[in-house]
Amino acid sequence: MTATLPETAHEQTDKPDRYARLIQPTRVHGSLYTDPEIFAEELERIWYRTWVYVGHVSEVPEPGDYVRKNIGPQDVVMTRDRDGEVHLLLNRCAHRGNLVCDAPSGNSNSFRCPYHGWTYRNNGDLLGYPYNKGYGGKGKLALGLGRVPRVASHQGFVFGSFAPGGPTLAEHLGAAAGELDRLARLSPEGEVELTAGWLKHRTRANWKLLAENETDGYHPQFVHGSIFSVTGSPIGALYSDNSTAVTRDLGGGHSENDLRPEFRHFAEPMRWFGTTEDRVPQYVARMRELHGPAAEEILIEGSPHVMIFPNLFIAEIQLFVIQPLSVGECVQHSTAVQFKGAPELNRRMVSQCVGSVGPAGMLLADDTEMYERNQRGVALREPEWLDIRRGVERERTDDNGFRIGTATDETGMRGFWSHYRSLMEADK
Amino acid sequence: MTAPATTHETSVDLRQVEQFLYREARYADEHDYDAWEALWTDDALYWVPAGAPEGDPVQQMSVISDNRSRIATRLKQLRTGKRYAQSPPSHLRRIVSNVEILDDEGGEPGDLTVGANFVLVESRERGNEMWAGRTTYRLRLVDGQLRLAYKKVVLVDHDRALPTLSFLI
Ligand code: FES
Ligand SMILES: [Fe+2]
Repeated sequence: MTATLPETAHEQTDKPDRYARLIQPTRVHGSLYTDPEIFAEELERIWYRTWVYVGHVSEVPEPGDYVRKNIGPQDVVMTRDRDGEVHLLLNRCAHRGNLVCDAPSGNSNSFRCPYHGWTYRNNGDLLGYPYNKGYGGKGKLALGLGRVPRVASHQGFVFGSFAPGGPTLAEHLGAAAGELDRLARLSPEGEVELTAGWLKHRTRANWKLLAENETDGYHPQFVHGSIFSVTGSPIGALYSDNSTAVTRDLGGGHSENDLRPEFRHFAEPMRWFGTTEDRVPQYVARMRELHGPAAEEILIEGSPHVMIFPNLFIAEIQLFVIQPLSVGECVQHSTAVQFKGAPELNRRMVSQCVGSVGPAGMLLADDTEMYERNQRGVALREPEWLDIRRGVERERTDDNGFRIGTATDETGMRGFWSHYRSLMEADK
Repeated sequence: MTAPATTHETSVDLRQVEQFLYREARYADEHDYDAWEALWTDDALYWVPAGAPEGDPVQQMSVISDNRSRIATRLKQLRTGKRYAQSPPSHLRRIVSNVEILDDEGGEPGDLTVGANFVLVESRERGNEMWAGRTTYRLRLVDGQLRLAYKKVVLVDHDRALPTLSFLI
């Protein structure tokens, strides 16, 4: 018995192979959610290194547009310069470090620091500084706003990486890129827009509890049973023992609940959105006109339910961004997906999304209650570990070489942890 | 008071309005969902904007944007006892003050627009939260009784990250 007792968290975190000890194939240690040192290391090895989702090009459609965003606790300004290029700038003055940009969004070709009046172009270049003789004249300082050195996008989703080198965005996204493509093809114009505004939900829990939950198909029947029962929602059945949906480890820490087997079985256009085609006739007609017979597959299979490591989650019509602030606190940013050229559908997506997500959402407030309870639970001393073995014995490899489990299996979590561990152990 | 009021000067005085607002606040504080629900008219809008308080609840995300049927759904979910974000329920007490009858042409003819401020303390195991904001109500006389047609709550924190808001605000 004593041989199987885990060592205490303290002993483990002092050893060089600590992540191998804390992250095992079918269990992970509670200290991963509560240790501030581990959080500090996550910032360096994950949030300030790998590709992180920041914003969408539709939030800065015109030259001069800017919007305040973030990478973890870092305050980032996403701008579009006069040539149309998108930049991710750190909101920090090169003089004495004051915050430069106050407004949540706007249009301006330059930013002026309120402290001593230094000005910057919206690509981060220093434009000027008052009383310039103190610096020997104009144009003497090779300074500028901080920048996220690598910026890249896929389907308009803009990602940033603080690492000057490393895997490309395409390599980071891997198979998850196809899920963004699947989302975009639901737009008659092939473009997603994130223009409905954001809800910001403060959550007293470690960010990984959220990331793991996003494709946890085991919890919906329980956590969301109250809303499923009063609305007669068919969603619960998608995550039951009888469901033909699968949980897929997409590699790179990304995972999905692939609900298409269920939707194909019913073969009803728009069922994925919980409606029927006669409720959105203009949209359906437009898609059929554009895609011909191929429209049926698009309209039946619908939108993905995918977690893109480490912070972007798309649940059909709802989009979430996870922002960690400290080991025990994060913010969930949420909005309704909007499809360019589909006003009829867009209004419905906003309405449905408002009912579901955010601080008062009839779904997400209950998920968030679980995150916060969980955070208090994992701080207790025993039994130390969180179990992630569900479905490990029945896991299979699909035709494309991805690990898949049933709708309620913890396949996605195991994929998340294996990638997390590889990042935390890199270059040691 | 047999006929519906046509203008607010005629039939409802500030005292009656205040009594109505205090009652509505008490039902919400005490989770008396049946009594609270019965205050609403069929064309109800219960709205807590996010971001810009003058946004459009149809095209923009709101914290809450409930018509009468969604109010019913929200309350049904609460009554299951398995709305975990509100199970166990928060302990709540709010102060409603600065009540003013406002000039406003919104709503149905004869609707009375009332503004008020509030401060609310929420206590639950997670910790205490202080909520505050400005509420705009539209009240209507129906069969001699005041009813609630519209309630818009602009939180002072409307543009900040908010904790879970699972009680009736
Ligand atoms: S800190 Fe910005 S100008 Fe001095
Ligand atoms: Fe959930």
